[in-house]
This record gives sequence, C-alpha cells and structure tokens, in this order.
Amino acid sequence: MLNHQYTRYSLATRGSGRGWQLLGFTFAALAGFLSWAPVARAQDSTIRAIQNIFDPLSAPAETLYQISLLVMAVCAVIFLVVGGLLTYAIIRYRRRGPEDDHEEPPQVYGSAAIELAWTVPPILIVVMLVLVTARTIGEIQHPKMPETAEQVRIIGHRYWWEVRYPKHDVVTANEIHVPLSSRTNRLPTQMVLESADVIHGFWVPQLNGKTMLVPNYRNTMWIEPYATGIYLGNCTVLCGQQHANMLIRVIVDKPEVYRKWLESQKQAPVSDPQVAEGQQQFISNSCGTCHHIENARGATGVFGPDLTHFSSRATLGSGVAPNDDQHLRSWLVNPQDLKPGCLMPNMQLSSNQVDSILAYLRTLK
Amino acid sequence: MANSTDTLKEIGTELAPAPPGHEHGTLTAWIQDLIFTVDHKKLGFMYIGMGWLFFIAGGILASLIRLQLAVPNNHVLDPEAFNGAFTMHGTAMIFFFAMAMVFGLANYVVPLQIGARDMAFPRLNAFSFWTTFFGGCFLFTSYVAGPGLYGTGAAPDASWFALAPLTSRAFSPGNNIDYWSLGLLISGVGTITGGVNVMVTIFCYRCKGMTLYRMPLFTWMVLVTMFLVVMFFPPLSAAQIMLVLERFFGAKFFEAQAGGSPVLWQHFFWIFGHPEVYILVLPAFGVISEVIPVFSRKPIFGYPMMVAASVMIGFISAGVWAHHMFTIGMDSFSVTFFAFATFVIAIPTGIKIFNWLGTMYGGKLRMEIPMLFCIAFLFQFLIAGLTGIMLGCAPFDWQLNDSYFVIAHFHYVIVGGIVFGVFAGFYYWFPKATGRLLNTRLGLWHFWVFTIGFHLTFDPQHFLGILGMPRRIYTYQEGRGWEFLNMLSTIGAIIQGIGAIIFIINMIWSARKGKIAGDDPWDAWTLEWTTTSPPPEYNFEEIPEVRSRRPLWDLKHPEDPDWKFE
Repeated sequence: MLNHQYTRYSLATRGSGRGWQLLGFTFAALAGFLSWAPVARAQDSTIRAIQNIFDPLSAPAETLYQISLLVMAVCAVIFLVVGGLLTYAIIRYRRRGPEDDHEEPPQVYGSAAIELAWTVPPILIVVMLVLVTARTIGEIQHPKMPETAEQVRIIGHRYWWEVRYPKHDVVTANEIHVPLSSRTNRLPTQMVLESADVIHGFWVPQLNGKTMLVPNYRNTMWIEPYATGIYLGNCTVLCGQQHANMLIRVIVDKPEVYRKWLESQKQAPVSDPQVAEGQQQFISNSCGTCHHIENARGATGVFGPDLTHFSSRATLGSGVAPNDDQHLRSWLVNPQDLKPGCLMPNMQLSSNQVDSILAYLRTLK
Repeated sequence: MANSTDTLKEIGTELAPAPPGHEHGTLTAWIQDLIFTVDHKKLGFMYIGMGWLFFIAGGILASLIRLQLAVPNNHVLDPEAFNGAFTMHGTAMIFFFAMAMVFGLANYVVPLQIGARDMAFPRLNAFSFWTTFFGGCFLFTSYVAGPGLYGTGAAPDASWFALAPLTSRAFSPGNNIDYWSLGLLISGVGTITGGVNVMVTIFCYRCKGMTLYRMPLFTWMVLVTMFLVVMFFPPLSAAQIMLVLERFFGAKFFEAQAGGSPVLWQHFFWIFGHPEVYILVLPAFGVISEVIPVFSRKPIFGYPMMVAASVMIGFISAGVWAHHMFTIGMDSFSVTFFAFATFVIAIPTGIKIFNWLGTMYGGKLRMEIPMLFCIAFLFQFLIAGLTGIMLGCAPFDWQLNDSYFVIAHFHYVIVGGIVFGVFAGFYYWFPKATGRLLNTRLGLWHFWVFTIGFHLTFDPQHFLGILGMPRRIYTYQEGRGWEFLNMLSTIGAIIQGIGAIIFIINMIWSARKGKIAGDDPWDAWTLEWTTTSPPPEYNFEEIPEVRSRRPLWDLKHPEDPDWKFE
C-alpha cells in the first residue's frame, strides 16, 4: 500500500514527520486488504466523512499540504518571536505601583537602526514565500497529465451536481466515481467545472482545494486519489436556500471496480412490465419534464438529475438523505420536507401514485 | 463657517462649560437639537449611537446564526431566514456598525486633535450622517416591507458580497436584493461625502503650528482612511448602480447567458471590499497608536515610520483585491501576482506592530481598561495577520477559502482587531465626551468576559475550516467532526453577548453616575485633553498653537519639551 508515494514531494517529506501515520495507514490498509480479499472486486464503502485538509489522500491535496506546513511553520515562528517579545514587554515594563508615577520613563522617539533591522527580515520572508508559492501554483495549475487520465465534466445546478463522463457517454448525478491512481497505473482525473445557473464551489478537502463553477467559464481541476473510499464534500459558494445540502460524494475505487461501474451505467434500464404503471404515472405527472430516463418515452428533461440509474446511487437529494424506501417515499410525497427550498415542487401525488412511482424508480439500477 | 466661528468666539468667552451628563431641557427640545445639529461632537455621538444600535441588531442576528449551528440538523431558523440572518449580520456590522464607528470617532476626535472648532463643512457632515443612518434603516425595513410585493424572502439573502448572478431577477425574485443595493447606495453617498469632509478638515483646519508632521497618529490614520473611502467607495456604488440597472431596466452586466460576466461583479466588489478592511482597521490602528504611548508613558516609537507604514498600507491595499478570488480559476500569473501583493502588505503591518512594541519597551505600562484592550488587540491582530498570510498563500487558500477558517480569520480582524480598538478608544475618549469615566470594575468584567467569549467563539472556527466546513451553510449532517467545535463556538457567542451587555450597562450607568473625569484624566498629551470635558460647543476658547507632536507634554514638562528633539 505504499504505492501511492510516487510524487517527488511525497517521497521527500513523508518519511519523517508522518511516519507514524504512514505506519498506521499501512496496518489499516493491510487489515482492509485481508478482510476484503475475498470480495476484492466490490466497492470500498469506507465513508471518509472527516475531511481534514492536513490528512490529504490525493496528489494535489498532498502538494497543498506540503506548502501549508511550510507557511504555518513560518507563521508559528513569527508568532512565537513577536508574541514572546510582547509578553516580555508587558510583564517587564508594567507599572509596579504608585511609586512608579513620580517620574516618567526615558522618552525615546525611535531608532533608525532598530527599525531597519526589523524591516529587513519580513522582506526576506516575503521573498521566500513568494517563490515557494509561485512554484506550487505552477505545479497545481499545470500538471503533466498522462494519456490515461480520466475525464469528468461536472455541472453545478442549484443544489445538485450533474456528472458526465465524455469518454464513456455516461451521465449521472451527485455521486462522482473516479478510479484509484497508483505509481504503476497512474489514473488521475481531470475535472471540467461548469455551472448551469449561479456560481457554485467544488470542494473535497482530502482530494484537492476548491474551485468555483462559474456560468460561462470552464474551470478545471484535477485529483489523483491514492486511497479508496467515499469522500464527502460540500458546495462552498452560496447558491441559494439549499446551499448547505448541495453535498458531494466522490467514490474512489480500484480501476477494475470503477470500470465495472462504468459498464453498468452504460446499460439501458430493463423495462419491467410489473412497474409499467409506475412508469406511466412518472410520465403523466410530468416528472419527465425535468428528469431524463433512458428508454422511457417522455422522460427527456435536463433540469433535474438524470434518473436512468437512480437506484444505483446511495443517496438522494444530493446527499441530503440515504436512498432507502422510507426517505424516497418522503421525498416523493413532498421534497420540500427533506430539502426545504429545493427546486423540485410538491407534485401532490396520491399515496397510490407514490407507491407505483417508487416501485418504478427501484427498478432503475 | 468663518462667520459662525467669529460669533462663537465672542459668545464663547461668556459661556460656562457645559455641565457633565444630561443637557437641560425637554425631550422634544433634545430631539430637535439632535435633528438640526451641525456640531461635529453631537454628530460624532450620533454616529457612535447609530453604530451601537446596529451592533446590537447585528449581534442578535449573529446569536441566531450560532444557535442554529450549535447542533447538526437544527431547526432554529429555516434556510431562508438563515441566509437572511448572515447577509444582514454582515452588512449591518460592516456598513452600519464599523463604518459608523470610524466616522463617529473621526468626527468627534479629529477636530479636537487638530485644534479646530468644527468640521470643514458642518452641514455636509449632518447630511452624511443622516444619509448613512437612513441607508441602514432602509436596509432593515426589508424585514417588514420586503415580503409584501411578491411573497418572497423578507431580508436580503445573497450574503454580504452578493455574488452575481445569484442577485439577478431570475434567482432572487422579489425586492429583498433591491433593499440591499439601494440601502448601500444611499449610505454610500453619505460615506463618500463624509470622507471628503474629514479630508478637507484635516488639510485646511489644523491649528497654528500643526504641520502634517506633527499631526497625532489617530488623525494621520483617519486621513489615510478617508483617502481610501473616497477612492474605493465609488466602485461599490458603481456596482450597486449596475445591479439596480440590471434588476430594474434589463441591463446585462453580470448575466452570463446574455454575454455579461459574473466575475465582473466580484472585481468591482473586491476592489472596494479589500480596501474596506483597511478603511475599518486603520482608525483602530490610530486608536492603538494614541492609547499605547499614553499608557506606556512614552512617545510613539518611530513616528515617521508609523506614518509611512499607514500610507504604504493605503497604497498596497489597492492592489490585492483578487486574493478574494483565488478560487475563481485565474491564470497562474495573476494568482502569483496577487499572492505577492498580499504578502507585501504584511511588511508595513509588521512595522506597525514592532513600533507599538518599541513604544511599550522601556515604558511604565499602566494597565487601565483602554490599555488592556490594546494589549488584547496586539495579540489578536498578530494572529489575524498570520492567518492572513496563510490565506494569502494562494495554494493554501485553495483549501481554506470560503471555509470557516476564513470566517475565523476576518472575525479576528474585525472583532479581535477593530472592535477591540473601538472599545479601547471608547474607554479612552468617553471621559472627554461625557465628563465622566467609565466604571473600572464593570470595565474589567466587560474586558475579560468579552475576550474569553471572543476566543471561545472564533478559535474553534479555524479548526472547523481545516476540517472542511464551508461558510454560509444553514445546517450540517452528523459525523463530519464539526459537532463539538460548533457547540463550543455557540457557547462562546453567548459569553460574548454577555460581555457586550455588561459594556452597554457600563455605558449607561457611567454616563449618569460615573466618576467625574476632569479635563485630562489619563495625563495625556494631545490637544483634545486641553479643553474641558465635555468640550464646549466651540471646542477651544482660544485656538491653540502647537510646537511639537505632544503639545501637552511641552506644557507639563517645560524643562524637557518635545520640540527640542523633533
């Protein structure tokens, strides 16, 4: 499991300071491997909910982590020096009592030498920081992408994410599957970020920093995760009432598991005669005006998430609730209960209609 | 002005100094006087009163925000009310609390410090106050009047920097955004005219002998501030006009579908927004530069460097705005340039901190309440500056931007820096303005409760940002590691609120029953302490003449005057 250490930076600095972490990680990975060995071709469902920016699990996040350590070290030294001098001055020169008031202290107006002395070190620090920053900016913004790089187009909508895989002609929503990258098999993912309405922000701290999704602009960012699992993230730019529940899930899997997922997403859903009633209700209640479902006549909308493989997703409403029958029923009865202010209106469905639509949606795997 | 000064001079000699505490007369007479007054001291008072009013309003909104975020999946506020709460909190605190404090202190103190009888344009001064005040009232009427027309959101809810295109008609129907943009447009007029007024006053109304080189540092920093106001409020007003044109007349400045650019708004907003930080913090620096020397019993260390650093901050602040936009997808050259400019601004700021340190070094520090606030300011501003360097480092900012780390950082600047500076100035000049000292015991309670509350509120927020909590979310799910820190932050906010209440009690009690201060309670050195407390309407019976930066030191120490050394 050490194979994620392939970047120059990682090799240079990972060894010392984070040795214990690496050790723990190795043990965890080993234990994970042993327990998963019989079902190695299944998805890793570890949820990485605690997204500490100082615990990066992807190449660009690692680079950001390195420079942030440097900057914080510089700041810590400045804080200790200046804070120490301040504390010393406050304790040493405080008024000792009324007897201190008879005489004013010596009146000192300044000293060119001292002032010059404390102006030069900050200038040197600034020069150093600028050079390091410039170098890191280049490293992040102009990466060398191998031919094998996966491509994902992410389009922010008010309170959900549209996810497209242009190489594979796959469309999904909110849950972004990407392959695991390793030294022997580099598989970074290049993301193109766009917006359909207002400005959004894409941020999964352990994978990379954040980038805004601005209408009419095509921003890019890349990730290169070296640990499998489900990474949680958030929209970071206020986009309206449900900004808080515009959640991100990035699912990192071994390349073979990822390819299997891609294959399953390419399949058109099987039309099941048992749920024909549900499909009929779906269309006649104009759900299809906003939602697209492959092979369902009339379900051609682009305003809401593509539902072709809806039941293969673990969450609904962009991560607001688990995709189980109870929550899905609540969502169909009134989406405004789970996600007040979201753009899907209460469709005033009867409970029979809800049942049949629910049954239909469950066949969309 | 010239005429009225002459008349005042004649009458002035016969008038007894105004008694401390309340003016005599009926309530109506008092209100009438407030409405029609053009006296810089009364207007300064009103600015400060308005500031505290909006501070309370903004504080209540902040408490609601913190209550909502105390636990995951909370239901104190619905999402719409929450978005309104933080938008109004930010707007009220920046434009109607902090700006009012800047103008209130400048109005009250600057003419006294430069030995003038009033502002250059007293009636324009009243106009500035009333437009600012009405702008604030107009903004808050949206809570009452906003929903009537289209049945949509009551308060503006697009955050205080109102990123386009969220503010366009398509995404923000109703009139709430119009209340926001028009409210700021109206108050912006008052702010810009106020800035011109203070500038002219400083340039043209200094007493005899007070060269720019002998001006007290508070006045110097207010001067730099007013330059920034006059230069950088117009871009904000221009942006508001564009927004109004877009919302009412179909202009397409920011609408992507029609070929406009949402990024344009951000440039306009931040080219105002970043200098705004310095507009707010420079007067606080000024207060600190007055209080630390007096309570250390030494002149400010390196006065010329202090002035130069302020002017440098003013200049550089014009060229750093895009560091608020590092995540917008800028090219590498621009990112590097703005990171560089941001680091550079740390140099003059560092010089200031060192000079304050140099002032304290070798002095006899009197730990009175204003000095306590200054000392807390120094530590907090140091931390704020260092987290600012972290945010200025663009790659680090890609992680920290728009997270709670940023919230913690700028609250360290605005509360830990500016509000603490305002408190220091308030305890320092309150005896001059009212004739009575603020109560020390209550002051100590205020200082410690507020400081502890401040740290408990904002220290954990740094870690929330590091753990990936984005700003402006009305709720969060369990298990993200944010529960404990959010709870801590909410408890801190409540403690901070208690501290603020103690302060308000102190203010009201001391104004009536505080110890009589006398003309010069702190044994200070600048001109405002030569006149009575409170000063008469004409400020000085005779316009003073100064020979150094510390005219009162010269008077008190004729054997060792400053002018020999300057």
